[in-house]
Amino acid sequence: MLTFTLKRLVSGAILLFAVATATFLLAYAAIPDPTLGLLGSAATPEAQAALAQKIGTDRPLLVQYFEWLTNLLRGDFGTSWKNFQPVGKQIALKLPVTLSVVTVSILLSAILGGTLGVLAGLRPNTWIDKVVKAGAVILFALPGFWVALVLVMTFAVQLKWFPAVGYVQPGESIPGWLQSITLPAIALALGAIVMIAEQLRNAIIQADSQDYMRTLRSRGLPPWRIVVHLLRNSAPASLTILALMFVGLLSGAIIVEQIFALPGIGPLTQSSSQNGDIPMLLGITVITVIFVVIINFLLDILLGWVNPKARVK
Amino acid sequence: MTSPLTDNIDTRGVRRGSAFLRLLRRPAGAISFGVLVLVVLVAVFAQWLAPHDPNFVDLSLSRALPSPEHPLGGDTTGRDVLSRLIWGTQITLWGAMLAIVVAVGLGVPSGLAAGYLGGATDRIGTWVSDALQSVPGMIILLIVAANSGNSFNILMVTIGVFMAPGYFRLTRSTVLSVRNEAYVDAARVSGLSNTRIMGRHIIRQVYAPIIIQSALTAGMAMGMQAGLQFLGIGGGTTPGWGAMMNEGFRVMRTDPLLLLWPSLALGITIAALAVLGSTLADVISVKTPVLSRSRRRSLSAESTTRPANATSTTTGSISHVAVESAVQLENLRVNYATASGPVEVVHGITLDVAPGEVLGIVGESGSGKSQTVFSMLDLLPKSGSYTADAIWIGGQNVTALGRTERARLLGHEIGYVPQEPMTNLDPSFTIGHQLTEPLRSVHRMSRTEAKARALAMLERVGIANPTAVMRSYPHELSGGMAQRVLIAGAISGKPSVLVADEPTTALDVTVQAEVLELLRELQREYRMALIIVTHNFGVVADICDRVVVMRGGSIEEIGEAAQIFSAPRSEYTRELIAASLDGAESRAELDRLHAAAASSAAADHEARSAADAAAEAELKEVRA
Repeated sequence: MLTFTLKRLVSGAILLFAVATATFLLAYAAIPDPTLGLLGSAATPEAQAALAQKIGTDRPLLVQYFEWLTNLLRGDFGTSWKNFQPVGKQIALKLPVTLSVVTVSILLSAILGGTLGVLAGLRPNTWIDKVVKAGAVILFALPGFWVALVLVMTFAVQLKWFPAVGYVQPGESIPGWLQSITLPAIALALGAIVMIAEQLRNAIIQADSQDYMRTLRSRGLPPWRIVVHLLRNSAPASLTILALMFVGLLSGAIIVEQIFALPGIGPLTQSSSQNGDIPMLLGITVITVIFVVIINFLLDILLGWVNPKARVK
Repeated sequence: MTSPLTDNIDTRGVRRGSAFLRLLRRPAGAISFGVLVLVVLVAVFAQWLAPHDPNFVDLSLSRALPSPEHPLGGDTTGRDVLSRLIWGTQITLWGAMLAIVVAVGLGVPSGLAAGYLGGATDRIGTWVSDALQSVPGMIILLIVAANSGNSFNILMVTIGVFMAPGYFRLTRSTVLSVRNEAYVDAARVSGLSNTRIMGRHIIRQVYAPIIIQSALTAGMAMGMQAGLQFLGIGGGTTPGWGAMMNEGFRVMRTDPLLLLWPSLALGITIAALAVLGSTLADVISVKTPVLSRSRRRSLSAESTTRPANATSTTTGSISHVAVESAVQLENLRVNYATASGPVEVVHGITLDVAPGEVLGIVGESGSGKSQTVFSMLDLLPKSGSYTADAIWIGGQNVTALGRTERARLLGHEIGYVPQEPMTNLDPSFTIGHQLTEPLRSVHRMSRTEAKARALAMLERVGIANPTAVMRSYPHELSGGMAQRVLIAGAISGKPSVLVADEPTTALDVTVQAEVLELLRELQREYRMALIIVTHNFGVVADICDRVVVMRGGSIEEIGEAAQIFSAPRSEYTRELIAASLDGAESRAELDRLHAAAASSAAADHEARSAADAAAEAELKEVRA
């Protein structure tokens, strides 16, 4: 188990390093002159040169890369090119909002998707199964921001059940906070719910067609114990898809936050992109990938716990 | 991490041309295809269809209501909404096409190489694909946007790169599933180069899944593209749907229609692509209908109420009074639902077993032996159903029992030993759990009692180190050990009937005799009736009192074992015995000998494998 854990940690670190390097190159190699974007087209060459010196882009790419990487290893994400504040600090301010929306979405997807998937999987070809299937086809394809707009129009603008936009800190008011993230979380989760439901349904049907399920039934086990065996054997597929959804939800959150005016990393990413604030964008990428690596790590541990065969590998 | 979304697509049913027609025959397929044709036409003829210049600003038109000249009115700055929608179609489609071309160009060749060459190529490809899937694409797109000055084409190419893993996985898994097929081997042996084999033989298998995947990818690319435009990125002066949605969003309280039109256009196009992809997948993959429970019930009700003469012809005979028999089947019929309607695989058989008697059921593959056994247990696969005039178990007519009461017989009255030991133990639970669970829940033992019984049983079936085996998982056991564990499980409830479905077929020859001997000992010790299904007359000669010979779903003959060997009444039995005792007792040999003779048997076999494939096919549908 220890070597298994260590291996996972090392592969996570390698992934992180590779993504960081690739993104750095992508961000720096393609950029002709970052100061132009930062200062606008009216900038004088002198102002440009001064800024380039200040942010260090007048040095060779390799030097900048190693400086960024060594700082990164010390937990320093650099300073913003726009407001010269530490990147890490600014992200840390915005991240809790995004994470709370994404976490609520993941919980919604796991609970609702799991329930629907089990119901559909245990009773294939019934109405609930058909609803899950049709839902999975269409709802998964529709982008989260599209769903978000429909929800805003329906529940916030027309029915006025929820505030259309804005964020309430959980410290201020818990019900207010819940109200402010309900619609965004649903918008994000809808596709994931049907996807998880469909995957779990398929996994259950697949497990149910295995020889050992017949043998278990031949022992006279009551139905609920049969369901336990089915669930245990279909869990790995669903856990994997749940972890995969996490990345998708982070991506989706960037636009959905914009629609609901949530002060998460979405608006920060967008404004940094428009300002050409590369250190900020790199910092956001690295931090989200760290979360993805952590989620995948937890997934592997869980899978090892659920599936005895994965443990020995 | 693996993506179950795109893996394992079943392409067995692909026949060119016909798939397209079958698609159009389905309402969902026809409608979604029609919508997409319309969208494509609008995009191609945008120039002529659009009534106005999409970027021409007419201040008097600002937020104008629909009028004959401007059917959808004007937007906030005074541009014609309909013209912008029409031009937006062109942009949307162009972007999606660009993304797909890039994704296919990157994903398919690399997937082919990874799947076919394996080794390091596969590991690197899979790693890169996994890495791409663990990066939130939208953030990278925003980085690219920051650098590329919002160039639409560069952004779409980037989206294509992020879509490539879908194609990579799909191609790779398809290639993995066909690379060891006989025809690919043959091509390799005949000296074709790897590139020729991939280009000629393998890529053919990947066509259909790629088209399906492209329908879904197109939808996702459109979604991301619109999302970017919604953020004000990659739009430029071009009238994209996403940009229009953003404008509409800002004024949704005053002019909700400005948000409605582009949202509808995007939503309908994406939904049509998704439905088309999913219908195409449905049409292409081979599917057997799996009957829902209520449908199965009504089917069996239907057939039991059928006039008696239709189902009265039965083969076989009875030698004991029903209430004194261990098991008695009267006119058992087994049906399977297949794509081409129900197929009867057991055509009304009648047989019985006395308590303490050993009955052999002999026949080649597809003769209906296993189906007979599963009907006794009431454990037919989902697409199967049976009818019988009566089934007596332990002197009780069980056809009159409800579902739950019938299930209660399992574990108490009947024990079951399966054919293939390695696939009949639940891989996720320890042996100990699988042995004690029924003892505790069915036989109401305490934890310690159940554990003691399980250990005693393991010891009884000849497991050397029962305590260690209790703690192990199925994958840690050998086939012989697993079969002993399964036998222990089957008899731990002290059933009066033990049903063994080819209990030795999957075992090594050396272990076969031991397991057979064990079954015989246990049968005597517990005075159980033993029904042993086999294709091997050696087994019959060893332990059976009486023999049922089955062929093509009917009983060929029933008799005492000695009589069957010395004076078989049927020519078929004689042949079977000859084939078996010549030492040519392999299944393949038997099957080959009688393949031609038993045409109905072939149909049975097909129905059976179709039934087995049913749940599988269900899973192998193409999604996102």
